[in-house]
Amino acid sequence: MAFILKVNGTERNVDVDEDTPLLWVLRDDLGLTGTKFGCGVAMCGACTVHMDGQPLRACAMPVSGVTGEITTIEAVDGREARAVQDAWIAHDVPQCGYCQSGQVMSAVALLRENPKPNDRDIDLAMNGNLCRCATYVRIRAAIHSAASALEA
Amino acid sequence: MGSHDLRLSRRDALKGAGALVIGLSLPIAGAKAQQAPKGPPPIHPNAFVRIGADDSVTVIVKHIEFGQGPYTGLATLAAEELDADWSKVRAESAPANAKLYANLQLGAQLTGGSSAIANSYDQMRRAGAMARALLVEAAATEWKVPPAEIDVKKGVMSHAASGRSSGFGPFAAAAAKLPMPRQVKLKDPSAFTLIGTDQAGRKLDSADKVTGRAKFTIDQNAPDMLTVLVARSPRFGGSVKSFDAAEALKIKGVVAVKQVSSGIAVYARGMWPAIKGRKALRVEWDDSAAEMRGSEDMIAAYLEQTRKPGAVHRKAGNADAAIAAGGTVIEADYVFPYLAHAPMEPLDGFIIWDGTTARARFGSQGQTFDQGAIAKVLGIATDKVDIETLYAGGSFGRRATPTSHLAVELAEVARAMPPGTPVKLVWTREDDIHGGYYRPLIVHRLRGAVKDGKISGWSNTIMGQSFMIGSPFEAMAAPNGIDASMSEGASQLLYEIADFQCDAHVAKSPVPTLWWRSVGHTHTGYAVECFVDQLLIAAGKDPVAGRLAMMGKSPRAAAVLKAVAELARWKGPGGANGRARGVAVVESFNSFVAQIAEVSIDDNGEPKVHKVWAAVDCGVAVNPDVIRAQLEGGIGYALGHALYAEVPLAEGLPTVSNFNDYRSLRINEMPEIEVAIVKSAEPPTGIGEPGVPPLAPAVANAMAALGHKRPSRLPMVRA
Repeated sequence: MAFILKVNGTERNVDVDEDTPLLWVLRDDLGLTGTKFGCGVAMCGACTVHMDGQPLRACAMPVSGVTGEITTIEAVDGREARAVQDAWIAHDVPQCGYCQSGQVMSAVALLRENPKPNDRDIDLAMNGNLCRCATYVRIRAAIHSAASALEA
Repeated sequence: MGSHDLRLSRRDALKGAGALVIGLSLPIAGAKAQQAPKGPPPIHPNAFVRIGADDSVTVIVKHIEFGQGPYTGLATLAAEELDADWSKVRAESAPANAKLYANLQLGAQLTGGSSAIANSYDQMRRAGAMARALLVEAAATEWKVPPAEIDVKKGVMSHAASGRSSGFGPFAAAAAKLPMPRQVKLKDPSAFTLIGTDQAGRKLDSADKVTGRAKFTIDQNAPDMLTVLVARSPRFGGSVKSFDAAEALKIKGVVAVKQVSSGIAVYARGMWPAIKGRKALRVEWDDSAAEMRGSEDMIAAYLEQTRKPGAVHRKAGNADAAIAAGGTVIEADYVFPYLAHAPMEPLDGFIIWDGTTARARFGSQGQTFDQGAIAKVLGIATDKVDIETLYAGGSFGRRATPTSHLAVELAEVARAMPPGTPVKLVWTREDDIHGGYYRPLIVHRLRGAVKDGKISGWSNTIMGQSFMIGSPFEAMAAPNGIDASMSEGASQLLYEIADFQCDAHVAKSPVPTLWWRSVGHTHTGYAVECFVDQLLIAAGKDPVAGRLAMMGKSPRAAAVLKAVAELARWKGPGGANGRARGVAVVESFNSFVAQIAEVSIDDNGEPKVHKVWAAVDCGVAVNPDVIRAQLEGGIGYALGHALYAEVPLAEGLPTVSNFNDYRSLRINEMPEIEVAIVKSAEPPTGIGEPGVPPLAPAVANAMAALGHKRPSRLPMVRA
């Protein structure tokens, strides 16, 4: 079936089965491999993208259900995104790095909604994103740093 | 690092840059895998350091980067002696070549045993120093000044008297033509500027990993590439009886179905058709040789067997007699489940087999073995197999197997198709959790006695599978049937106990098992540190002071225990306000780590870990912030598994499948962590694994102080 998706600001035509998860459309059909596969059942958050700015687990969203504009790690931008990525680098958050695209996408969405999150806000926004390397201490610190940078 | 563009491979790039490479003698035409010669090979700085005309310094790293920091670590070592400008330093992975890139501790190109920094410390520093000497000599010749008068700082060579200065780039080509210096002088540690220092954003791979640019195996692509999923036996040791591919082949995008030795391979244009195709397969399995028992059957059998002593791993004095001689006798059993490593990126591999040569790209953790395994499947010489080692999304031990089963499967799925077909083999999360190669299910039985306020006897019987016995590593790792990895940390205690015995029974099962982050210490650390705590409390001792009193022969372990007590301002376990502290100390991979955990019990009766203090002595701290990160991550990894993780078997079938039921630690469960690095001038030792073992017993000991029993069976929170 043919679908038209708006991804990273561009309209893209794909011809896939309607039950194909958005994740595999992004990765296999559009070549956007920054969004990762970790579980396939929306339990790990490695596939987090934005749909109209809201975080979405792309592995559990069939392409036929996509109703908004998709942004992936390759194109996420704006002051919150820059603050998050800068803070992630300054804190050397990543270890293996495989989950970090999803972590960054969730953190950017959080800061856009809530520019000064407390620890509980961070827990609520980020607990769908697993990190098997357990970089959580630094994820938390980097979100606080990014929030401070945005405030300045 | 970061770009693995298909059209311009790394080796092609090297060829193109040939004139700028310092005496590059990397085997361009094909890497030869050979057993490493005895003793350290001669250093070829050209194999480890490449200088670009643009002053860039590329450090070629023989260890896979899957999160523990060898790219940054090995680059730090070379850059230190090279006096490089860190902002110009890059890392890239070495090709498979055991002659040049063997792990000097393990004798093959292999990342494991927390040995990356330890085995590279001298080698990479010497490589950096040699490159520096060659560059200085080239500049001295050009400038017509004595080499000794040239100073090098942050990538700039300068000659004060003549006022000349230059980056490395302009002299790379001339330096490449010079003979290797026979000897180089390494810096005195007091002159280090990179080693032992912190710098925000030091890690070389952070930037690519926060922008999605870092390329992992699952990101590989090629024209006409097929994605391959394999249907494997649901039971361990089962095999294909028959299969019917008709329905699978009807799925749009599925192009082929082939039998390989591990099961039935489904080839498709993309992951989703491969998933649907595999689901549509009809396979009948032959379970005649399969494991049919459940975990509970195994546990019951092991508990019974550990009532009798096994093969002695170490004995001193007479433990049985000492325990029989009176005092308070204490007994404990500890049961440890099968655990999956569950790296965030499930196993995967990419390969092109053209009928003559094979080019594989994947997260190879044991390149020498994987190269040999692929060559054997394809019936070609090892030098016809090229492996490009990619970033891997975690491993925790999973990507190195004595049988190279993933590399074998990768080569088999390539061989089953017409030559020239690029294939990407992917395991799903369910494949990963059901896939075996688990940390073995283990039972410890302990008996001890306390007499006159002292531990007067200690006896420990262990039972579980050995992943060494019956493997290609048996001769090396388990001579005489004694697999020391089963009892490491339990056969040799940090404590002086005169009457002591540690023995073990080896269990047999078709369930494949494997080292898992910190290997034997995953269970011995818990059993020993819980039991010693229990005995000390029975003896009326403080858990810290009581341990220290027995640690006269373990000064470095005692020092980290003192350091963590100081860091946490230890005044005993406490417990009055609903929070208590527990302590544990473990030596693993020649490093020493002590931890104190502060714990409460929540309304569901589950432990909540609020804070963990950790002290570590891993010798010279090359990158202190990487060490802190590994302790933080090790603590989180240990805690998640201690609290929640288990792969139970029921009639041979794993009953968990994914992160919904193989539960992993989440950010809201992560404790606050404070780390002290004990200053040391000893050679650097491991850090990827040693943060793991002390955590669970520290938590259990805190639970005991809160009036709960130390959990005798892990995980602590059971569904």
